[in-house]
This record gives sequence, C-alpha cells and structure tokens, in this order.
Amino acid sequence: MSSYRIQGATGEWEVVIGLEVHAQISTQAKLFSGAATAFGAEPNTQVSLVDAAMPGMLPVPNAECIRQAVRTGLAINAVINPWSRFDRKNYFYADLPQGYQISQLYHPLVGEGAIEIVADDKKPDETKVIGVERIHVEQDAGKLMHDQHPTMSYVDLNRSGVALMEIVSRPDMTSPAEAGAYLTKLRTILRYVGSCDGNMDQGSMRADVNVSVRRAGEPLGTRTETKNVNSVRFVMATIEYEANRQVDVLEAGGKIVQETRLFDPDTGTTRSMRSKEDAHDYRYFPDPDLLPLVLDAAFIEECRASLPELPDAKRLRYATELGLSAYNAGVLTADAETARWFERLVTKSAALQGKSESDVARAASNWLTSELFGALNKLGKALLDSPVTPDAGAELLALVGDGTISGSIAKQVLEKMLDTGDAPGAIVEREGLKQTSDTGAIEAAVDAVLATNADKVDQYRGGKDALFGFFVGQTMKAMQGKGNPGLVNQVLKAKLG
Amino acid sequence: MTDLTNLGIAAIRDGVAKGDFTAVEVATAFNAAVAEANPALNAFIVTTPDHALAAAATVDAARAAGQSLGAMAGVPIGMKDLFATQGVQTTAASHILEGFVPHYESTVSQRLWNAGAGMLGKLNLDQFAMGSSNETSAFGNVISPWRAAGDTAARAPGGSSGGSSAAVSARIVAAATGTDTGGSIRQPAAFTGISGIKPTYGRCSRWGVVAFASSLDQAGPMARDVTDCAIMLEAMAGFDPKDATSLDLPVPAWSSALSDNLQGLKVGIPREYRLDGMDPDVAKSWDDGIAWLSDAGAEVVDISLPHTKYALPTYYIIAPAEASSNLARYDGVRYGLRDLPDGAGLQDMYAATRAAGFGAEVKRRIMIGTYVLSAGFYDAYYTQAQKVRTLIARDFEQAFQRVDVILTPTAPTSAFVLGQKSADPLEMYLNDVFSVPASLAGLPAMSVPAGLDRSGLPLGLHLIGRPFDEQGVLNAGLAIERRAGFAARPEKWW
Repeated sequence: MSSYRIQGATGEWEVVIGLEVHAQISTQAKLFSGAATAFGAEPNTQVSLVDAAMPGMLPVPNAECIRQAVRTGLAINAVINPWSRFDRKNYFYADLPQGYQISQLYHPLVGEGAIEIVADDKKPDETKVIGVERIHVEQDAGKLMHDQHPTMSYVDLNRSGVALMEIVSRPDMTSPAEAGAYLTKLRTILRYVGSCDGNMDQGSMRADVNVSVRRAGEPLGTRTETKNVNSVRFVMATIEYEANRQVDVLEAGGKIVQETRLFDPDTGTTRSMRSKEDAHDYRYFPDPDLLPLVLDAAFIEECRASLPELPDAKRLRYATELGLSAYNAGVLTADAETARWFERLVTKSAALQGKSESDVARAASNWLTSELFGALNKLGKALLDSPVTPDAGAELLALVGDGTISGSIAKQVLEKMLDTGDAPGAIVEREGLKQTSDTGAIEAAVDAVLATNADKVDQYRGGKDALFGFFVGQTMKAMQGKGNPGLVNQVLKAKLG
Repeated sequence: MTDLTNLGIAAIRDGVAKGDFTAVEVATAFNAAVAEANPALNAFIVTTPDHALAAAATVDAARAAGQSLGAMAGVPIGMKDLFATQGVQTTAASHILEGFVPHYESTVSQRLWNAGAGMLGKLNLDQFAMGSSNETSAFGNVISPWRAAGDTAARAPGGSSGGSSAAVSARIVAAATGTDTGGSIRQPAAFTGISGIKPTYGRCSRWGVVAFASSLDQAGPMARDVTDCAIMLEAMAGFDPKDATSLDLPVPAWSSALSDNLQGLKVGIPREYRLDGMDPDVAKSWDDGIAWLSDAGAEVVDISLPHTKYALPTYYIIAPAEASSNLARYDGVRYGLRDLPDGAGLQDMYAATRAAGFGAEVKRRIMIGTYVLSAGFYDAYYTQAQKVRTLIARDFEQAFQRVDVILTPTAPTSAFVLGQKSADPLEMYLNDVFSVPASLAGLPAMSVPAGLDRSGLPLGLHLIGRPFDEQGVLNAGLAIERRAGFAARPEKWW
C-alpha cells in the first residue's frame, strides 16, 4: 500500500524495514531474581546476589514475567509455545555480570503473530498487517557510567536482570510512516495489556531498526541494524537517513556492509558501530541452570481470559455498535486511558439522559474529540490531567441533551469548568445560562430584531434566503445566547412567513 | 576418655545426646587433630575452629535446656571450599577467588548448620572442582594420608573432593561435604577407603555452590561408613526454591530404612565396564562385590550399557562447555582478583585477571568449552554430545527395567603417586571412566570401600541406582560394607 520510494540518481528504490523491539516487562521483580525494578533509583540499589552474579548464585524464573509475555503474545494473536527454553548468550562486558545474557534463541516463548496498522491517520480504512516473527524473554544488562571518574568507568547494575520482551517483526514495513505506525500500535497494545509501560524516554521500550534497500522486484538487499533507538520519531528518522545513505552508497558503485550502527539524535544520522567481521560469537547454548519452560493449557487460558478488550476490537465496536466515525474510533482507542475515559463518559451520559449508549455515543465522541481535546490542547494538558472528569462531561452533555443549555453555551460552560473545576450544573445556575424556551420572551426578542432591521426583512422576503441566519444570530445575541435555537428558528420562520 | 576423633556421625550424635561427652569436647578434639595434621596433609585451605566450637556450644546449651537436637547435633565436619560460607573465605581453590568472603551461606551448608553440625574448616579441592588428584588447587595439593606398603611417596587423595577424602580418612573430621560432577565424590572416596554418595541430580540444592558444570554438579556426603552417609545426606538434601533444578520431593528417612537384606534385589553387572587390561586387583574386588551382594540375597544379572565408551568424551564436551560459561563471571569487575596493568582497558583487565587467576587445568577446560560452543563447531560437538548423553541415559533406563542396582568398580586404579598423571590430562581424565556415565544420567551413585590392593591401598566399589532410589544404593552399599569388613586405616605418619 505504501508508495514510499527513494528517488535515486539512477531510479527508484524500495525500502525494507524490520524492527526488533525491546520492551521492559512491567513487573515489580526482575526476570530471574527477586530484586526490584524501579526506574531512576540510586545506582546499585536494585541489585540482588543473582543480578551481581556472585559465585554460586542461580536464576529462578519469575512467573509474572512469563505471564505478561504470554498475554502479550495472545494480544497479537500469536502462537504460544507450550515448551520453550532459555539459552545463554555469552560475551564479556562490564555491564554483564554473569558474562552471559539469559535469552531464548532456539525455542522462544511466543511464535508467529501479527499487528494491523494504519500508516496514514487520514486514511483510517487503509490497513496493513505486519507479521511478528517471535517474542522471547531475556535479561537486560546493567549500565556503564563514564562521567563519575576521570579515568575509570563505573557500573550500575540496577537494570541488570530486568525482564525484557524482544518482539521481532517480519521485514514487512516499507516506509518510515509504516514503521512509526507499527511502533505506535505495538506500544498501544502493550499498554492495553499492561505488560509494558511503553515509556521510550525511560528506556522501557526501544527498537533495533533493520533497514535495506532494493530495486522493485529484486531480492532483499544487505541490511544494517541500528541499535537502541528510543523514540518513534527517531526510528522514522533512522530509516529515512539510513535508506538514503544506502542508496547513495549503492549508486556510487559501493556495497552495503552488514553492520551494527548507532543513531545520533543531535544530527539525525547513523554511524557504524561494528561490522559483521568483528561481531561476537555468542556461543549460545541451553542454560543448564534452568529447566525448559513448560506451560499447561490452563495457564495459557488464564492468560487469555485476563486480557482486556484490545484496540482493534474496541475500534471496531466503537464504529459498528456505537456508530462512531472511523476517525473518532481510531483516536479514542489509540490509548487505553482515552478509551477508558470515553467509555465512562458514554456510560454516564446514557444513564443521565435515560438513553442507550449507542444513542449518546456519537455526540459524546464529537464533544470529546473536538471540544475537550481542543480545549485541553490550548491548556497544554493531557486527558489524564484534565480538570474535567468524565462524569462532569456527561453532566454537561446531559444539559445540552435536555435543552437546558445550547451547544454554544456549552462551550462557555466547558471553559469555566476547566477554569474552576466546578460542576456544569452549578456554573449554569450561578451564571444564569439556562436556555429560554419561553415562547413569549422569544417572540418579543424576534419582534424587536425584525423591527430594527426592516430593510433586511424586505430583502429576505424578496428572496435573499441567506439572511435567515442573520436574524437567528441577532435574536440569540439579544437573548445572550440563551434562546432555545429550535424555538428561535420556529418563531422566526412563522413571523417572516 | 578414648579419642573422640575415632567416632563418626552416628556415634558422636548419640554420645552427645546421651551425655557421654559434650559437643564442645568433640569439637575441641577434632580442632586439635586438624591443627596437628593439616601442615602435613594440606587438607584445609582455612580452618575455622571457632565455628566448630560455637556450633558445639549451641548444641550443648540446647541439650542442657532440654531441647530436641538435630540429626547432626555436635558433629564437626569439613566443608569443601566450593560451598559459600558466610563470613568465611570461599575460593574454589582458585587464586581468582582468593580472599573472597561471601556474605551469604549456601543452602546445603545452612541445612547442615541447622541440623547441629559445626565447621572445622574449608577443605581443599581441585581448582573449581576440575581434577582427579587435587593437583590443580591454587593452594597446593592435598596429600593422602594413605601410603603404599613400604613406600613413603605422597599419593593423590583423589579429586576433586580430595581435601574431603583425606580429612575423613585421616579421621580429622567426622565427615565432610563433597561435590560430584563426574566422580568427584566417588573417586576420592575410593582412593581413601571411605564412603561417599552422589544423590540423584536435584536432591541437594546447588544454590551457593560455586558452579563447575551446572547440569552435572551435585553435592553429597563423604563419611566413614554408609550409615553416616545416609544421616548426612538426609540433612543436606531437600527442595530449594532458589535452585530451579532442585527436586520438589520429600526427603526419605534413608538412615532409618537402611537394610542389608537384598532378597529379591537384582544387581546388574555391565559388561562394558570390564575393560581390556583391567587392573587384576580391581577386577578381583569387583568379583568380591558380586559375591557379597549375592550373599546378601541379590540376584546377579549381566547387563549391557552399550554407549558406555562414549561417556568420557561426551562428558569432556558438556562439562567444559558449561564451565566456560559459568566461569565467565570471574572477570575482575565485582569481586575476587583484579589485575589492572597500567593503562589497561576493559579487555586488558579481563585478560590479565583471568590469566593470573585461573590455573592451567581451568584454562584448558575453558578453552575446550569455548571451542565446542563456537559457531561452526557447536553442532559437531555440543549438540552431538547432548544426543549421546540422551543415549547413555536411555542405556540406564533400559537396564533398570531388568535390574535394581548396578555394581562396578569406582575407579580403574588405586591412588597413584602425585605427579604421576599430571603431565597427561587424558590419562587423568580416565580416572572418571566408571563414574561419569551415572553423572551424565543424573543417577544416584556411591562408592564404598571394598578392600586393599596388593600395595595396601584402598579400592572402592561403585553402586548406581535408579533416579530417586538413594535407598537402594545405600542398602547395597551397606551389604558390601558389612561383608567386606573393611577396617584398614592409614598409618599415622603426620
């Protein structure tokens, strides 16, 4: 579907992208030790004897980490392997106390799955399925600190042993936008499931970006892997830069070297870290400290039963059952908190108005996406920090629904709610904003407007229909916006006859 | 009072319980024996007389207060220096861990202290438990208390638990812990005329035991007789949630179920263990063992374990492979030796530290292990070895459909003179030829003394049982012990 191409000097090039996403599993304890996992703690305060690889220490799998990885797999409709195994990936580095990372090379916990993306928000009906090859669980390493001493590096083992899911996509993406959409969608799913907080700025989610280029119809080109890119924007920038760089190299008659690269956020470029020739021989082999991980069907079913409604299902339900536009359905399901907020708004609105949810959902979604989002945007606030609760929003919508206030008054009330945090009913009462349905008052106002604009009345009667809006506006203005718009229309129509 | 150091576990425990002597008297006697013998035998890397006395005083106080006493109450033992002991240097007999004092206690040692045992010291061993003679220790080799008739040449106590075997046979400890990866409890027990059992893999927690080869390492007791082994193994064994390979099974009361009546038992004699050019004394002791078990009521059955000849090469792929990874943590970063030459970077520090810290045999095995796991060689070596390991285990499974226990010699020779085999690693590795198959299959196996060879040196007989059937192994061992009447002791020369 993507028509993204690199225009080289010698013609068009396609880009092929695969992402390996490392997502930190949201658990209190590490993958193989009881140590805590809080972000931002003082160095070396979240370290057990196992994490520091003291002599004779042994890993014991943390069942909650396994559970979260299985739930994640189920959320992307992946195969859960009832028999998986941990392998050791051996290499020396100061942030790797054991001298090996416990990972899963040969038999991952989760097999093939898929994630559906919408690459262009403006075309919400154009979806594409990105394959996920596998998800395995593994330990994170510690962190070196180079700024503590003039000649020495220090080691912080707080992250050592923290549980990660490595989510490996198929090379199914063909543009930076698709990669961005995939990453965003994956993050949405992880947050719905609750298996990862998705906070890329805190390092709890990061991506290794595999990029290659080729002529249309040709086999895959040699890829490069840019490591540890930590935002959606940077992932897209990495692809953009790397694809163009590769085209330049190839068009100049050069060859792409299979290598590991680093992204520099300051310059938006990538640079070589190490080539395949000096790649490690990791000497993977099954970890003899751990038995194979065997999951029974009941455990997998329990994981499945614990899953919330997932974004795709929710989006579909919003569109079909609640009658939302595809755009609104997409926006409101993009993260779990927004969806939760919206659903509360709908439930409360239906209750207050004595209607079904499907009767109130459309108005609620329009109000939320245009009115509240717009107002919050101006205030620089997120929905979660909104001074207006879903219940207060529902009250406001109910006031509109039962004709107590008009839509335009509702905008004023919302501003006051955001300002003061007061309930909408109290604001309407205090400020005297109630809509008038008193036909006598409306007729009096209409008469006055028609009397002062006799010339325009003539023009209207002469065929200038567009002036009707002018009379409505003048009448409403005269009534300080409180006139019931329906009645105002009705009376005007009758009098102008 | 007779010399309390003549007493083993059961006798000490019962004597203390009855009030024949105090635990402190026992500990004092053993501390003195250790102090006297250790300069000659070098069985201990460090001695801990205060630990033994404190444990004994606790037992005496508990007895005085009328409290119930543990299964090892008042028994002073030696602790192989592969077990982490809180506040006491733990080295695995390697320079790379010299001076390392853990602030944690291994599960097995903690269980022994909980049962009332006290620690006389940390026993010497082959470095990282890699060796069959104790010659790879960074703290000098242990010298066996045994000498051949008319010969004062220093002999190997066996390995890797050579400090344990020397100390038990010299009667300077009531018993000792050992660990067995390919025979490291059984071969030294055979060399020194004592009993030792490696239980089923997973019986004893590996938590806090310095790892050599994780899928094979298993702790066990080394003691003066089968009964003491049973008592001590009960204290050591048990499920440990901190070891993912620990067996979640109750610990049977092996010691109270001991019986040398083997009526109805079938003993398998594997023909593949009868090697060409077998030492005639070893062959004869094997025949003696067959006769004794038969006398105890067992039926003797010839069996075949066809993959036996592949066991040693398989072991010397799998064990070094695991070791090469297990020993990566000794890198000079967090504890133990750090060799940081002037201007050195990280890689230089690794190289210098590990070159200075590890002994030659350890380096050899790290290199073998690294090689067999390398890209391009992995399938030919490691994968193939795992397949053969499965076949070896299957040999035993099939044999145990016909027999209840298997009898073989423990080692191909009696104790050799130190230095005699250290030049040729392959010859040294052959020491484990009879013990390694049971290790690869994770089976319980023990060595019991059978007699002396023509030079007056002990020979051991080796019993292999079904998984979890330590009782069958111990009972057959008891039957041999009672019929062999092995009473020989090393003549005290130290």
